[in-house]
Amino acid sequence: MTENDLHAYADGQLDPGRRAEAEAWLAEHPEDAERVAAWQRFSQQLNDRFDPVLREPAPLHLLAAARGRPPVRPQVSWRLAASFAGATLLAGALGGVIGYQAHGNAPVVVAAQPPSFAQRAMVAHAVYAPDQRRAVEVDAEHEEQLVRWLSKRLGSPLRVPQLQPLGYALEGGRLLPGNQGPVAQFMYRDGAGGRLTLYVSNEAPGKAVTVFPASAPFDPAFRFAQEGGVNSFYWVDGAWGYAISAGVDRAELARVSTEVYRQLTSP
Amino acid sequence: MAPVHPSNSRPDPAELLQWLPRLRRYARALRRNREDADDLVQDTLERAWSRAGLWQGVSDMRTWLFSIMHNLHVDALRRGRLDTVDLDDSTPEIPVAAVQGDRLAVRDLDGALQAMPVEQREVLLLVALEGMAYAEVAQTLDIPIGTVMSRLSRGRERLRGLMDGEAGRPRNMKVMGGLNT
Repeated sequence: MTENDLHAYADGQLDPGRRAEAEAWLAEHPEDAERVAAWQRFSQQLNDRFDPVLREPAPLHLLAAARGRPPVRPQVSWRLAASFAGATLLAGALGGVIGYQAHGNAPVVVAAQPPSFAQRAMVAHAVYAPDQRRAVEVDAEHEEQLVRWLSKRLGSPLRVPQLQPLGYALEGGRLLPGNQGPVAQFMYRDGAGGRLTLYVSNEAPGKAVTVFPASAPFDPAFRFAQEGGVNSFYWVDGAWGYAISAGVDRAELARVSTEVYRQLTSP
Repeated sequence: MAPVHPSNSRPDPAELLQWLPRLRRYARALRRNREDADDLVQDTLERAWSRAGLWQGVSDMRTWLFSIMHNLHVDALRRGRLDTVDLDDSTPEIPVAAVQGDRLAVRDLDGALQAMPVEQREVLLLVALEGMAYAEVAQTLDIPIGTVMSRLSRGRERLRGLMDGEAGRPRNMKVMGGLNT
């Protein structure tokens, strides 16, 4: 038995035909047997120590990087928020709104602090989207019940946009506390496991929110906000506030937002 | 003549997503600190995408990805950017898995890993944690298989010295005969 043979035995990489030979050797050489046992113990300890990382939800910026999306380095505040699911930290850190010019009916570029519902939407996305097991309260298999339940709680009939043609399958939804009462979050998932959320609030928005029509009086003013790896488009329609958040780039988010808006406003 | 890979087929993101958890695990063991480890993972993914045209010619995606990570890590060490690990209170640490219910054992393991030369640590982690065959380790690190074995042997003996020694203190190492590098 060479040193290499002993390692191969310890790692289960020894030629199967030689295993018995190795075992016979170890039976007669207690010092070697002790070393092999120690090596195997270290391997087990390494797995005990680091395997929990396999079950950690991956941060959004890594999921985006794995999907080949443009690099978005998280800010420190974002990291802490993501690590601790510390919603308040993130809310405090939500910063500027970046103007966005879409092709076609150009949404208006507005520089302002995102309204509170949009901030809450991004926090809710940051908290629930990375959650592998409990991202939703009610899953899409019970879509009808989900819609009935959320509609009842929000006190108005809700519609769930179908985004399958755009590559996003409905995963489910949940009820969340808004500013004064309940709001709804719908969760979608793309083919690569990336998540997108639609946040729906029907609490009358505060005065800070003004809708600037773009080309036509009834066009929504999509606005864009960003924090760390989360991008969000939001708009206000009467008492309703909508926000779509995901770790995807602006153009992709604009595509989805336009479709969501179209479906929600179609008769 | 080298085969030319068709560049019109778009690489499948699922390919990388599949390896993400294992890349994170390896990076965490290499760098210990969560931020530094995830930075390394992000750099690795970005590098992999920047070479997406090569994917079709890659026979073993895991070996390819881990070798990218290895190169980036070693480059960073060379640049001296990771010499001091800044651990402040706000840095979330690795969740402590109970190793035989003993926190000290975890500390010993961490300390021992950090005390190992990076060459030995990498080989040990790829074999023991990642479960790679020796030949795959050789390919990942671009070293001869004999070097893999000698580093593995030395790394394990060192670990034994560090972990089994009194209070984790290194004891005198036995000189290993017949192993080079």
